[in-house]
Amino acid sequence: MVEQDVKLMKGNEAIAHAAIRCGADGYFGYPITPQSEIIETLAALKPWETTGMVVLQAESEVASINMIYGGAGAGKRVLTSSSSPGVALMQEGISYMAGAELPGVFVNVQRGGPGLGTIQPSQSDYFQATRGGGNGDYNVIVLAPNSVQEMADFVDLAFELAFKYRNPAMILSDGVIGQMMEKVILPPMKPRRTEEQIQKECPWASMGRSGDRKPNIITSLELKPEVMEVRNLHLQEKYRQIRENEVRFESHLCEDADYVIVSFGSAARIGEKAVELARERGLKVGLFRPITLWPFPSKQIAELCKGKKGVLVSEINAGQMVQDVRLAINGALPVEHFGRLGGIVPDPEEIVKALEEKLVK
Amino acid sequence: MKKEIIISGFGGQGVLSMGKILAYSGLMEDKEITWMPAYGPEQRGGTANVTVIVSDDRISSPILSKYDVAIVLNQPSLDKFEPKVKPGGILIYDGYGVISPPKRKDITVYRVNAMDKAAEMKNAKVFNMIVLGGLLKVCPVVSTDGLKKALFKSLPERHHGLIPLNMQAVEEGMKIIAQQ
Amino acid sequence: MANDIISPENLVYKKPTLMNDTTMHYCPGCSHGVVHKLVAEVIEEMGMSDKTIGVCPVGCAVFAYRYLDIDWQEAPHGRAPAVATGVKRLWPDRLVFTYQGDGDLACIGTAETIHALNRGENIPIIFINNAIYGMTGGQMAPTTLLGQKTATCPYGRDPELHGYNLNITELASHLKGTCYVTRQSVDTVASINKAKRAIRKAFEASMQGKGSSLIEIVATCNSGWKLSPVKANEWMRENMFPEYEKGDLKDTTGL
Repeated sequence: MVEQDVKLMKGNEAIAHAAIRCGADGYFGYPITPQSEIIETLAALKPWETTGMVVLQAESEVASINMIYGGAGAGKRVLTSSSSPGVALMQEGISYMAGAELPGVFVNVQRGGPGLGTIQPSQSDYFQATRGGGNGDYNVIVLAPNSVQEMADFVDLAFELAFKYRNPAMILSDGVIGQMMEKVILPPMKPRRTEEQIQKECPWASMGRSGDRKPNIITSLELKPEVMEVRNLHLQEKYRQIRENEVRFESHLCEDADYVIVSFGSAARIGEKAVELARERGLKVGLFRPITLWPFPSKQIAELCKGKKGVLVSEINAGQMVQDVRLAINGALPVEHFGRLGGIVPDPEEIVKALEEKLVK
Repeated sequence: MKKEIIISGFGGQGVLSMGKILAYSGLMEDKEITWMPAYGPEQRGGTANVTVIVSDDRISSPILSKYDVAIVLNQPSLDKFEPKVKPGGILIYDGYGVISPPKRKDITVYRVNAMDKAAEMKNAKVFNMIVLGGLLKVCPVVSTDGLKKALFKSLPERHHGLIPLNMQAVEEGMKIIAQQ
Repeated sequence: MANDIISPENLVYKKPTLMNDTTMHYCPGCSHGVVHKLVAEVIEEMGMSDKTIGVCPVGCAVFAYRYLDIDWQEAPHGRAPAVATGVKRLWPDRLVFTYQGDGDLACIGTAETIHALNRGENIPIIFINNAIYGMTGGQMAPTTLLGQKTATCPYGRDPELHGYNLNITELASHLKGTCYVTRQSVDTVASINKAKRAIRKAFEASMQGKGSSLIEIVATCNSGWKLSPVKANEWMRENMFPEYEKGDLKDTTGL
């Protein structure tokens, strides 16, 4: 028998359903391929009639992110979504949110660039996502789902982490995960928080100065460098804690492996198949998959790769995460990169071939 | 059981929806499924393809190099995917859309004249269901029962009246598919 | 003797309690201080002190949050209407307003301004137009008058070279989402009283869900204009008022 709550849907649709179910208060966004199903699904589901969640199509990604800034600054659970060129436009707001320590969730369903680029899948926004992306010394928490199920699960997780650390959190997906349909069990319905709950959870929120508390000011501005440095040091301490506590990763068939493929998101799914194919050919290969791209599982990769013969970082870009892997491995063994560009998604055979050519030889 | 299937043709031929119905049928039978479209600004006349994987176990990559089954509904699709069928795999093509038929000898080739049959049934829209019927005959990845349930599940209620016609198209496809 | 007359029954003027004692960074003679006070008075009189969120701009009023004891959000340059949209949509029972200058509202944030107004967000937008970029040191603004000299049009604004000044308030009055669009000044007691009534009307309209309002305050920037406060007011009346004509451009509030 089929369980009642197993659904078949696209990754993008799963994000929309999950947002409603995890008690989000608002979504603000601007259509862009390949993620428009998110706002379309929300519009069709009309959550404002059920949970009271607000859904608004903004005039631009710049406006969307600032609506998120406003909503998050007022203590609400708000999210937006876009694809690469739109996320580039949002960087100003994300930097301001990091500076003002606002919790918000962004979904980037990546497509190939640079510029207007292509609407086909890519992972070329890794640097942008994991290095902050806008101006200033900051980081956003980056989760990389590799299935429709994780698209659904990571919405709530991203909100939880964002509020726990008062920091923006990003779900870094791509056109493959956004557009494909898989089975998904949607998260249970969680009610939106009440005003009292928000006041308790977010005593810093700018939502009307109730009682005799001091005004709450949401700002990233501080002209005195000595005060600004203290603020920055506070942020850095927070990032240290996140690095310590929130690393997430997964490994597959690494125990007996001679070689390890390191991949995230959709590339990790393709990598899993490459491991299968390689093992059919007698090559002992495993897969390491960072789930959080920031914080990056550096220690874990270094630990797991001890005694291996080589690492292939397979990502759908020109070589971005490979830099983090090389820093983690620190010269202990060869680390090679394989990627396709411009919206071409590599197939599993290509990865095995790259592994053979670059490492096994 | 695991079947890796590519369906490819012109936009407007119902390629994506055929894949979707297949995926829903898999859902009805508690299989693991991925449905991965080659998306884009496709419109009637453009090319469209979708990879559907139906499996008893966890599915790894939604992107594949080789397929167990290729369903090709026009010449460009045949040219592209004939070399990508695994040895011993299946290739199904529609006679109407293909000028030079497949040549490989290490795979089983079937022809389903779905376009002609749809014309005969005076309903171009059932074309993809005829093809799907052909697939289920030669590669019963899901049952016709599952398929019927999937139609009830995936179609809006106002279209449920069309299900018998669609099931009839599936049966026709099963009858007319022929090994080459 | 002076102490004899300081008693409650003789009180003729009181600083609004929402205004704190922080020394303002505004230049002496600047219009911002007066408008801040009007906003504080209106919020207080409406009994909304604990239900108001102000959104301040980037520009001279970037520190508005230091002076009025309400909750604030400091928006990125030009984005105040989008930030306010986020707050108001999620807290519809709160009074949410923006306070912006001409560069913020009519230049870098034109899209956010027009679209928030046109969506009819229940947000009053207070727009200080002093025809110059004050904070960054007197560069050309979208509202700089033709012929007016600034640091980036030192020979006077020339439409061939710099384009025309933007009368965004006229534009706003044609948008379906706006319920109240007005242009005021704060250079005389009478005009200050009128400006206050305008702010009150806009704030009330937003709480009654009537749509968006734009209250332009034609203002001076004596530092940027390099004039004394008195001369700046004269220059404003002579040069700004003919181009930025005062009065209500649209009022469908019924208030």
